[in-house]
Amino acid sequence: MSGDGFNKQRRYFLIGATSVVGGLGVVGAAVPFVKSWNPSAKARALGAPVTVDFSRLNPGEMLGPIPAWRGQPVFILYRTPEALATLSKLDASRADPASERDQQPEYARNEWRSRRPEIGVYIGLCTHLGCSPKYFPLVTPEPFDANWEGGFFCPCHGSMFDLAGRVAKGVPAPSNLPVPPYTFVSDKVVTIGVDEEHA
Amino acid sequence: MQQSPSPSRFPAMWTSFMSWVDRRFPATETFEYHMSKYYAPKNFNFWYYFGVLATVVLVLQLVTGIWLTMSYVPSGDGAFASVEYIMRDVEFGWLLRYLHTTGASAFFVVVYLHMFRGLMYGSYREPRELLWLIGMAIFVAMMAEGFFGYLLPWGNMSWWAAQVIVSLFGAIPVIGADLEQWIRGDFLISEVTLNRFFALHVVALPLVLVMLVFVHIVALHHVGSNNPDGVEIKKHKNADGVPLDGIPFHPYYTIGHDLPGIVLFLIVFCAIVFYLPEMGGYFIEKPNFEEANPLKTPAHIAPVWYYTPFYAMLRAATYPLVGLDAKFWGFVVMAGAIVVPAVLPWLDRSPVKSIRYKGMISKVMLGIFIVSFFILGYLGTIPPSKYATLLAQICTVLYFAYFVLMPWYTRVEKTKPAPDRVTTR
Repeated sequence: MSGDGFNKQRRYFLIGATSVVGGLGVVGAAVPFVKSWNPSAKARALGAPVTVDFSRLNPGEMLGPIPAWRGQPVFILYRTPEALATLSKLDASRADPASERDQQPEYARNEWRSRRPEIGVYIGLCTHLGCSPKYFPLVTPEPFDANWEGGFFCPCHGSMFDLAGRVAKGVPAPSNLPVPPYTFVSDKVVTIGVDEEHA
Repeated sequence: MQQSPSPSRFPAMWTSFMSWVDRRFPATETFEYHMSKYYAPKNFNFWYYFGVLATVVLVLQLVTGIWLTMSYVPSGDGAFASVEYIMRDVEFGWLLRYLHTTGASAFFVVVYLHMFRGLMYGSYREPRELLWLIGMAIFVAMMAEGFFGYLLPWGNMSWWAAQVIVSLFGAIPVIGADLEQWIRGDFLISEVTLNRFFALHVVALPLVLVMLVFVHIVALHHVGSNNPDGVEIKKHKNADGVPLDGIPFHPYYTIGHDLPGIVLFLIVFCAIVFYLPEMGGYFIEKPNFEEANPLKTPAHIAPVWYYTPFYAMLRAATYPLVGLDAKFWGFVVMAGAIVVPAVLPWLDRSPVKSIRYKGMISKVMLGIFIVSFFILGYLGTIPPSKYATLLAQICTVLYFAYFVLMPWYTRVEKTKPAPDRVTTR
C-alpha cells in the first residue's frame, strides 16, 4: 500500500491524531463508570454524624463496639485516673507515642488522644487489616503479653494498642487507632462525625 | 492416519447438510483444526488430565452458578437468608450449592496441578510464552472470581475476609485510603459492596474467564502441545505434514484418555460433594454459618485453603523497609508471589525443557518450591505465632528462590541430552 501518490507522513499523522482523540474519548467515557463506584449519596447520608448517650458508662468500662459514624465500630472508653496514669509509662514501647501521624483531629493530638482525658473515642478497626480489636482493660498478664497494662488486642494478627489507642512497637499494625471527629453535646452525650463544638 | 471420516460413511442427507453449513460457517474446518486433525504428542501421561478437567469444572461452575443466581438475593438483609433458603427450601438447592462450593476448590486443585505440570515439563518455554501468560491471566482472574464469590453468602467469614483483603489496598502509599473506599463504595463493607461483588462474580469475571480460556486454547492449538519429554513433535513430520509422534486429539485423547479421566474425577468429586462438602471447615469455613456482623471479628480469620500460601506470605512480611510499612511490603510480597510465575519463560535458561533431562539442582529447587508452597499453605490456615511467622519467612524466601535463582542454576547445571523423538514408557 506504500505506492506512489500516498503521503505516508500525513497518513501516520492522521492515524496518530485519531488515536489520541479516540483515546481521550475512551478516558472520558470511563469517568461515569469509575465514579459510580464512589460512595453514593445514600451511603454518604447514612454516614452522617451520630449522637451517642453514654450516661450509663462507668469508669473503666467501654461502650462498644457500637455501629456509629459511617457504620464503623466505635469505642467509647471511660478511663479511670489510674488507667490514665499508666499511659505515660508506656511511651517508650509505643510506635507513635506523641500521635505525630495523622490519625486524629488536632484536638486529640495529646497524651490521652481525646478531648477530655477520661473519655476516649476511637474507631475500633485495627490499622493493620481492619479487624476489630478486643478490649482487655485489666492490668494483668495476658497470654499475648505478660506485662499487659490494659488496652486492645487484635485477634487476627496480634496487634496491641493501649487505652489511648496507641499502637505498640513490633506489631503488624502501622499506626494508632484513628480518632473520629467528635464533639460533646452535653456532659454525657457525644456527637461523632463533627469537629465543631456547638454550645 | 486416515482419521477424518470419509463422506461415504455418513448418510447422504447429513453430508449434504454439512456441506450446506460449511459453505456458510467453517464447522468441519474448525472441528478438524481443533479436534480430529489436531495432532497431540502420543506420550501424554497422568499430568495431562488437568487442562481438560479445568474446562469441565469451569462449565460446572457456570451452570451451577447460573442456577444459584435464580434463588440468591444479593442484598444485605436477604443474602444470608437466601443461601439458607437455597439449602433448605429449594429442591436440590443444597446440591447446586455444594457442587458450586466444592467446584471452587476443585477448580484450584486441578489448576494448581495443571500449573505444576507446566513447571515440570517446561511448558512455558519458547514458543509457548504467550500460552503461559494467558494461563497466568486465567489464574489471576480465577483468584479474583473466588474472592468476589466468597462475599456473596454474607456469612461472618465472608464479611471479614472481604474487610481484610480490601484493607490490603489501603497499604498502597498516598492513594490507598481512597482506593479502599472506592472499592467498597462505602465507609465499610456493606450491601453496596455486596452488590458490586455480585455483578463482578456473576457477569464480569465469568465473561473474562471464558474469553481467556478460549484464547488459551487458540494459542495452544497454534503452537501445539508440549509433552513430558519437552521436545517439539513438529520437527519430524511425514509426507502429509503430520507429526510422526502426534496422534489426532479426537478420538485418541478425547475418548481414550480424557473421558475416563473425567469419569474418575467426577467419582471423587461427587464423593466429596455428598459426604464431605465442608471438608472439615476448609471448603466452607465454620464462622460462615453465622451472618455477617461488622462488630464481631471471628476469633481466627483464615482464607479458604487455595489462598492460604499467599496469605501466609502476606503475614510473613513483618519489617518496615525504606520508610514503608510492613503492611505495604506484605501486599507487595503477596502480589509478587502470585504473578512471579509469569516471567518463567525468561528465567529458564536450560538447554532442555523437561525435568526429565534437567540437572539435579533444578529437580531439588522444584522439590523445595513445592514443599515450601505446601508448608505456606498450612501456615496460612493457623493463627500467627513467633515460630509460624519465622517458618513462613523461610518458606517465602525459598518460594522466591526458585524463580530468582533460576537463570543461574539452569545454566550451570549438567543436563542430560534430550531425545530427538518422544519416548514412551
